[in-house]
Amino acid sequence: MPNAEATSAQGYAGQFYDAAQRHRADSLGMWLFLATEAMLFSGLFAALLVYRIMHPAAAKEVSLHFQLWIAALNTAVLLTSSFAVAAARVLLRHSRRGWASGCLAITAMLGVLFLILKTIEYHIDIRDGIVPAATPSLFQNPSATLFIDLYYAATGLHAVHLAIGVIWIAALAIVASRKKAFPHTPVHLAGLYWHFVDVVWIFLFPTLYLVGRSGP
Amino acid sequence: MKRELVHLSGIYVGLMVLLVITTGSAFLNLGAFNGVLNIAIAVAKAALVYWFFMELRTADALVRLAALSVIFWILVLLCADAADWFARYLNPS
Repeated sequence: MPNAEATSAQGYAGQFYDAAQRHRADSLGMWLFLATEAMLFSGLFAALLVYRIMHPAAAKEVSLHFQLWIAALNTAVLLTSSFAVAAARVLLRHSRRGWASGCLAITAMLGVLFLILKTIEYHIDIRDGIVPAATPSLFQNPSATLFIDLYYAATGLHAVHLAIGVIWIAALAIVASRKKAFPHTPVHLAGLYWHFVDVVWIFLFPTLYLVGRSGP
Repeated sequence: MKRELVHLSGIYVGLMVLLVITTGSAFLNLGAFNGVLNIAIAVAKAALVYWFFMELRTADALVRLAALSVIFWILVLLCADAADWFARYLNPS
């Protein structure tokens, strides 16, 4: 029976049998947390799905005003950042701490680039009158304002998650560049969170931006 | 290590190709199939990220179950929404 008190000399607390079991527990905990996050976003996606079925003309009218190319560029930025954090994990596994730290820094910088592009996109949207609680009479379909609200709710929630991920990954990049022996698990867990945020955007992009682009 | 990085690069290129296809196909007039194709490509991209980048490929069964359970609960949500929608709009009383 493992000692319930912490045994920091072994590198893991006493409730774990060994370091491998602790890593499995950490990993499962993160996956379960990501499952709850998926539940959070799936509520928004269900609302968007019902809306697109009930108000296809309004969805198309609003979506054509969105900045498709900024969103497509953002998708490419996030996919690249996912590749960078996956590469960081491989490099850390092979004890290339310096290169891994560099990849984590690139991931964080790409996340910041996403947020900058998102800010520019919001600025253009607000300039074009696409604001939360917009005036319904400005649109041909009055229910268009609901799609705009869902757009800001979904992309805003995603941006908050991304910002948290940027801070986390940036902190790991700094720590990894300084510490001689850097544990593998924090990068593994942060990488899982980052990939999940990327997957949410992978689904947000076609749901919000690729509506009715092929014409009437 | 080099082999793993080259493999990851291949997956990354595949993801970018899928991004180009989904964006380009949105400009083709395929009717309702536009939406179906876009979601199908999004599912494929998510599957690549989950399987290779998040390393579900080498994960143990319990972690895979935790990841797959999300799909089950999303289906529960969508079925409940569908039941509500059908009751309101297909069988008004």
